[in-house]
Amino acid sequence: MIELSNIAYSYGGGELLSDVSLKIAPGSFHFLTGPSGSGKTTFLKLCYGALVPTAGQVQLFGRDVREMTRDDHAMTRRQIGVVHQDCQFLDHLPVRENVALPLAVSGRESLENVANLKELLSWVGLGSRAGALPPELSGGERQRAALARAVIMSPDVVLADEPTGNVDWEMSQRLLQLLVELNKMGKTIMIATHDMNLIRAAKGHVQARVLRISNRKLQLAGADL
Amino acid sequence: MKVFRALSTVFVGDAQADRVVPPTGYTARLTLFAAGAMAFLTVFALALSLATGRLATRWGNELAQSSTLRISAPAEQLDAQTETALRVLESTPGVASARPLSSEEQRDLLSPWFGPDLPVDSLPIPQLIEIKETEQGYDAIGLRHRLQAEVPGAVLDDHTRWRKPLEKAAGRLRFLGWVSIALIGAATAAMITLAANAALSANAQVISVLRLIGAQDAYIAQAFVRRFTLRSLAGALVGTVLGMAAIFLLPAAQDEGGFLTGLGFSGVGWALPLIVPPLAAVVAYLATGAAARRTLRELT
Repeated sequence: MIELSNIAYSYGGGELLSDVSLKIAPGSFHFLTGPSGSGKTTFLKLCYGALVPTAGQVQLFGRDVREMTRDDHAMTRRQIGVVHQDCQFLDHLPVRENVALPLAVSGRESLENVANLKELLSWVGLGSRAGALPPELSGGERQRAALARAVIMSPDVVLADEPTGNVDWEMSQRLLQLLVELNKMGKTIMIATHDMNLIRAAKGHVQARVLRISNRKLQLAGADL
Repeated sequence: MKVFRALSTVFVGDAQADRVVPPTGYTARLTLFAAGAMAFLTVFALALSLATGRLATRWGNELAQSSTLRISAPAEQLDAQTETALRVLESTPGVASARPLSSEEQRDLLSPWFGPDLPVDSLPIPQLIEIKETEQGYDAIGLRHRLQAEVPGAVLDDHTRWRKPLEKAAGRLRFLGWVSIALIGAATAAMITLAANAALSANAQVISVLRLIGAQDAYIAQAFVRRFTLRSLAGALVGTVLGMAAIFLLPAAQDEGGFLTGLGFSGVGWALPLIVPPLAAVVAYLATGAAARRTLRELT
């Protein structure tokens, strides 16, 4: 579904990634790790088409990102749910509407989906906070709301960028558990994190592959983790 | 037609799309005010155009169907020349009737200048003959030649030299009115574009969130377009109603008032300003749509 062939990406001056190839298979669970500034976020952005590689080819669901129009990209984002490091919401709308926003913008705001929304919110533990405005949420609540928003369209792939970045250990365990559950429902998951403990914690629950970015290359990390 | 169908989706359309853009009281009020003021001015420009149009027609009609023959002759020859002139006129094709003005009528005509006590009979005043024309009119040049031969003291005034410059002036004025309406429309479009651009950049974060969750450009643009179209429509509606009321309350036209007090609408003309609000909405729709598409194209 997401296929990168020999891609490179450079920001103005230096090269951040070079000669990276990866094929993400449906139903797989990946961790993406590496030191801060190594290009984890850039790599994720390449995976959902927010960035176009400076060299090489990225294919999303069989289509070359360079040939996709702006609206094609919009359609792709309905199939790839993204949880950002700094989750952004529409601050004037309550959590309930923010989570349902992907449905609204794609014209799928049906009654059935509204029922699902309630279920989804209680699944991420925000059932009682549905009417709150995003600025009133704690860091962990924001991350969970972002996760709910990322999965409401029932996407094939969920990409999460440091989803446990600013939450405590207990909350990060809970978020991980939610992502594992999604994977068991058949979703393809990729989590960018520098938290090795999180990766170790996941090992017992799911068959995860660990990718590491170092020296501008993407490597499959050993079993030593 | 496409524009109107698109406009109708703006009204019945996605209220949710409207909700995604946070409400902004300040720019909303400014847009309302600008649309209202522009509609008010448009109503006046429209009234001016229509009034000058009516005026030109009236002058044209009144002056075109009549002419005047002036006979200046020594007092003892005046009656004889008038007789001859009437005979010539009666035998001219295109002249419906010819009537010499009585001395009372001539005194009435002169009284505004000389006062009512003018002893007309004792003054060497030329005799005036009022000529009414048929629909086809007569051949002014031919008539002049014949009169020259038979009535040496006659001067034919067929009003052309009065009518032409008046009609020209009225036509110019009407043209200026339409130019004003076009300029007001363009200025409205410019103002709405500026307001829409301001709103788009103020909501850059909203747009990026919407992009992120898979909103297509048309959806994002519609959220702004709908808002500005409805605001302009509301503002223009208020402006138009106020403009029409102001014109309705103008002092009624009087015969002596002539041009200025004739400003206004008559009969079905009152329906014409009602197209101003929908027109403002169309202008806002197109301007905001263009601004939104341009801004969105520049974003990644």
